Amino acid sequence: MTVRDQMQDALKGHGADFVEIRLEESDSSRIQYRAREIEETGRTSGRGGSVRAAVKGGWGFVSFNDTDDLESRVKLAVEQAHAVGDAKTELAETEPSVADVPPVLVNDPGNISLSDKKDRMDHYNDLIWSTPGIQSSTVIYADNRRRVHYVNSEGTAVDQEFVHVICYIAAIARDGGDVQQAGFSIGSLGDYGLTEGLDDEIRAVGKRAVDLLKAPGIDGGERTVILDPVLAGVFAHEAFGHLSEADHVYESDQLKEIMVLGRQFGQPHLNIVDGGAIPGLRGSMSYDDEGTPTKRSDLIRDGVLVGRLHSRETAAKMGEKPSGNARAISFNHPPIVRMTNTVIEPGDASFEDLFEGVDDGVYVRNWYGGMTEMEMFTFSSGEAYRIRNGRIEEMVRPVKLSGNVFKTLHQIDGIGRDLGMNQGGGCGKAGQSPLPVSNGSPHIRIQNCLVSGA
Amino acid sequence: MADLFQSAKDAGFDQAEVYRVSSQSQPIRFEANRLKEATRRDTSGAALRVIKDGKLGLSATTDPAMETDLPARLEELISFGAEASFELPGPSNVPEVDIFDPAVESLAFDAMVETGQTLIDAVREGWPELNCSASVSRGVHSQNLVNTAGLDVGFRQTSYSVGFGGELVRGDDMLSVWEGFAASRMFTDTDWMVESLRRQLEWARNTASTPTGQVPVIFTPRGVSAVLLRPLLGGFNGKSVMTGSSPIGDRIGERVIDERISVFDDPTIDGAIGSRPVDDEGIPSRRMALIDHGVVSNFLYDLQTAGRMNATSTGAAGRGLSTLPGPRTSVLDVAPGETPYDDLFLGIKEGIMVERLLGAGQGNEMGGDFKANVSLGYKIENGKIVGRIKDTMISGNVYDALSKLEAVSDTAEWVYGSLRAPAIRCLGVEVAAAS
Repeated sequence: MTVRDQMQDALKGHGADFVEIRLEESDSSRIQYRAREIEETGRTSGRGGSVRAAVKGGWGFVSFNDTDDLESRVKLAVEQAHAVGDAKTELAETEPSVADVPPVLVNDPGNISLSDKKDRMDHYNDLIWSTPGIQSSTVIYADNRRRVHYVNSEGTAVDQEFVHVICYIAAIARDGGDVQQAGFSIGSLGDYGLTEGLDDEIRAVGKRAVDLLKAPGIDGGERTVILDPVLAGVFAHEAFGHLSEADHVYESDQLKEIMVLGRQFGQPHLNIVDGGAIPGLRGSMSYDDEGTPTKRSDLIRDGVLVGRLHSRETAAKMGEKPSGNARAISFNHPPIVRMTNTVIEPGDASFEDLFEGVDDGVYVRNWYGGMTEMEMFTFSSGEAYRIRNGRIEEMVRPVKLSGNVFKTLHQIDGIGRDLGMNQGGGCGKAGQSPLPVSNGSPHIRIQNCLVSGA
Repeated sequence: MADLFQSAKDAGFDQAEVYRVSSQSQPIRFEANRLKEATRRDTSGAALRVIKDGKLGLSATTDPAMETDLPARLEELISFGAEASFELPGPSNVPEVDIFDPAVESLAFDAMVETGQTLIDAVREGWPELNCSASVSRGVHSQNLVNTAGLDVGFRQTSYSVGFGGELVRGDDMLSVWEGFAASRMFTDTDWMVESLRRQLEWARNTASTPTGQVPVIFTPRGVSAVLLRPLLGGFNGKSVMTGSSPIGDRIGERVIDERISVFDDPTIDGAIGSRPVDDEGIPSRRMALIDHGVVSNFLYDLQTAGRMNATSTGAAGRGLSTLPGPRTSVLDVAPGETPYDDLFLGIKEGIMVERLLGAGQGNEMGGDFKANVSLGYKIENGKIVGRIKDTMISGNVYDALSKLEAVSDTAEWVYGSLRAPAIRCLGVEVAAAS
């Protein structure tokens, strides 16, 4: 009997409004350096599963490593859902899907020996140390293969496999109590080739860490900022992506009013999309973790809110269509509404157009992270440069930036015609982190953006 | 369990250790003022760590059927491993730490539901428009270590946590408030959480303009936890010290901040989340000053970092299942000062109070710098809180701010169960705001 048959057998006579089973196998490798030496080389394999059940609008969820007795897990999840539910289960209709989706593999890291991977990372770590004045370094290489089997009580049965590769490189320089760092983080779906040809970028990182020790600070306040595609991608994710997740909205009449489709959030040049169906990126997949086919969703079109990200439950409760955005970081967690690949679409400004007329501003590049709480959000740059009279001048200490969804999107007054994707990040929400996502954008210019001191 | 350890011994490694964990947690979650989800998570797994010819390796699995493959995998990996700078420890005397409560283990589902619903109903009595969520969770965790030096040590620990909060929406102005507590022992007094939420809502009733520049800042215990402690303690981690990237790694015995600040790492506090009798390498727990009256006292070392620094492990090892151990804080205890809480506000003409932050920690903190959006903070005017500040950022350096210390409150409060801190008033923080 196949795994799928066993899972479908376990669903028989479940006694709930809806039940789904997920089983996973995973295999991960990791090479990590700290300073001049290898810190850790490890390999981990995982196995486990979960069952989620809905009864009268209440959810039961059980997760486990021992996948032998699925019937009893189904029973327990259904019992839990019974203990919670006292209203009505609402799930948007979807056509049942049956599929077996192979992994996207461009250059399979599974075909590369550990010794070859290590040789490459040895070389990169040596490169960092070729810069005079380096105090320490971090190099992390990891790849992960994850196979997911999914069935639900409506006949959907989907097997999917994902291979992710990530690489993080940072250089640290110190002068007494002043410790500065520079680095970058990259990732890919199924492509070991990601790790090729990074020499120039790594040399630049080493130099930047050392140069940061002499870089001046900057006063906090409102400034004109120009974001590179990587940081602008993080901005798209934080500034708007999170608030477009319908699970924030669907149970609040007030938020439904505020986030009403048709509301103007930015100028007419602003277009933001999200979708697992955008191919070849870290947030790409054919089906989400409820077995719903993914798509490409317009969130903002011509500055106007036109869509949002849904699970089947949020879609049903808001009378909208599921978007294929229910995602679980692993079998240990129930799927919740998440982003996939979030992109600000290119506009028509050239790089020079954006800088023209900026008498006193900051050019911010690269990223450390970002966070959102309700309408406020932050995103932190990895590099920052003063702009004077339209020209990029001296490097300053990296700043953190802050915005408000109701103001900041309107303040975007320039959108470049380039496009870059940030694939080195992971998203955290409700204890599920880091979920593979990507985000991207052209260069963008924001007027009066709140910038921290640095 | 004997199987994996035995096969590791048979495989001929010089030293071997099996770390085994098993945990079960049962959280329930409320959404939109009502019970939404009941969860049960069972997790278990084993990690094999070995030393061979001076090299260190680790392999782990959550699949019991894969366990017997781990020694062979390590044979392949070990030549790529780090240089081991230690030997696995043998048995030693382990302190008693009270971290298991049968009342948590046997807590009924209905009692958890009642706890959550009571909190939500209580706060919504005065604030019916508040959209509340809550979570109540109980869990049992057990772990065990055996190694070729004769160590065989383990413990069981319960955890119980209650958290709840709400969102208030007035036009485009949104407020999120939250309170919570966790312990390894059962607690039933949750009235103070309702009071805390009411206080946050009351203080945030009006919105006030942010005073900018260098103004006096009061960090509440939660604020201290959110923004000051991480950049400060990063420099005490044995890995930063070992690589020379700690700003205070060469300043042991020197005073680096105001003498009114003492910070202890203490895994022996009964009932705290993070307490345990031994660390994750089997070294006995003890209370240890990191900063004693402003003076750098001890660093956090595990076996590997201690070995590199010719020091001994301070029992600070923490680990996930699939990674090598590393130095970590356990329970942080920041000593209270001498100023009554209400007196912290005295003489502040214009200042701010910081409760919760957004984005703290995302940036270069290695030298003690901090930068964050104040997601919940208030304006102080003439010694009184006059309203919530929004679209505000703070930045500074923790060594600088804690040298420009103005007062430390005479009481310390638990923040979510693994950290105890007083409120701190200081200068040296730059405040910026949107107009």
